[in-house]
Amino acid sequence: MPVLVGRHVTPPEFRVDPDVDLHVPADRGELAAHPTAVLGTIAAGGVLGALARAGVQAAFPHAPTGFPWATWGVNVTGCLLIGALMAVLTTRPTGPLVRPFLGVGVLGGFTTFSAYAVDAQRAVAAGAVGTALAYLAATLVGALLAVWAGDAATGRLLARARRRPEPTGEGR
Amino acid sequence: MTVLLIALGAALGAPLRYLTDRAVQARHDSPFPWGTLTVNVAGSLLLGAIAAIPAEAAVTALVGTGFCGALTTWSTLSYETLRLTRQGARWHAVANALGSVVAGLGAATLGYALVRALAG
Repeated sequence: MPVLVGRHVTPPEFRVDPDVDLHVPADRGELAAHPTAVLGTIAAGGVLGALARAGVQAAFPHAPTGFPWATWGVNVTGCLLIGALMAVLTTRPTGPLVRPFLGVGVLGGFTTFSAYAVDAQRAVAAGAVGTALAYLAATLVGALLAVWAGDAATGRLLARARRRPEPTGEGR
Repeated sequence: MTVLLIALGAALGAPLRYLTDRAVQARHDSPFPWGTLTVNVAGSLLLGAIAAIPAEAAVTALVGTGFCGALTTWSTLSYETLRLTRQGARWHAVANALGSVVAGLGAATLGYALVRALAG
């Protein structure tokens, strides 16, 4: 087995959008090849993610003028996990439905932008402008730090796993 | 019942995000992720509109928590911003992150104001 030290398996095209990026050949062809499987998998993952989010939001409700901690936690956690997931998916081969299920479905359905925007708008309307601004900034900063941390930590773990010699292998 | 309505909304919202993202990219080849911005702004507009009326719990579960929640996403937005930064497209990354926040808040406010104005 070749030892890849500190080297990423370069994907055919550099992916920006984890949901679907038409610059990536596999993404371009997946819907035409398996429309029912792809859309059904995304729907199933989306249901699981949305129910998990609703569960967290129901467990930790907030007043219109309060800080929406549940949605903040959901969004930051989802960003940490998409960073970790995509670090795996861009370095090693996986099944064609893993990204649609976990990335587009579960994490896309778990995290939400509409509740973020509307909760901030509601806080402004209720006169809690400071809370609204703090929430807007805390989610933005938390989401970006989390996705970076998830990607960096997973990338490091994967690189360490590749460096470790195979127990039954013949060295190099 | 609430669980079923959230599930139904999400089962429509998540695939619609994927299909919209594809459709936007197919018509508009750009390094900037317009597709995700489109769903996030549209979902914020719709949820803002729902927030303006005393909606029934069933409508909030189906359209708000389920559909709008699954249509819109923070995970996709944050990963795109990370990748744009890695690509060296710093301005695109900043515009994607800050532009989404400003456009989303604007859309939520607009949806709320429009429905309030229509309701009188």
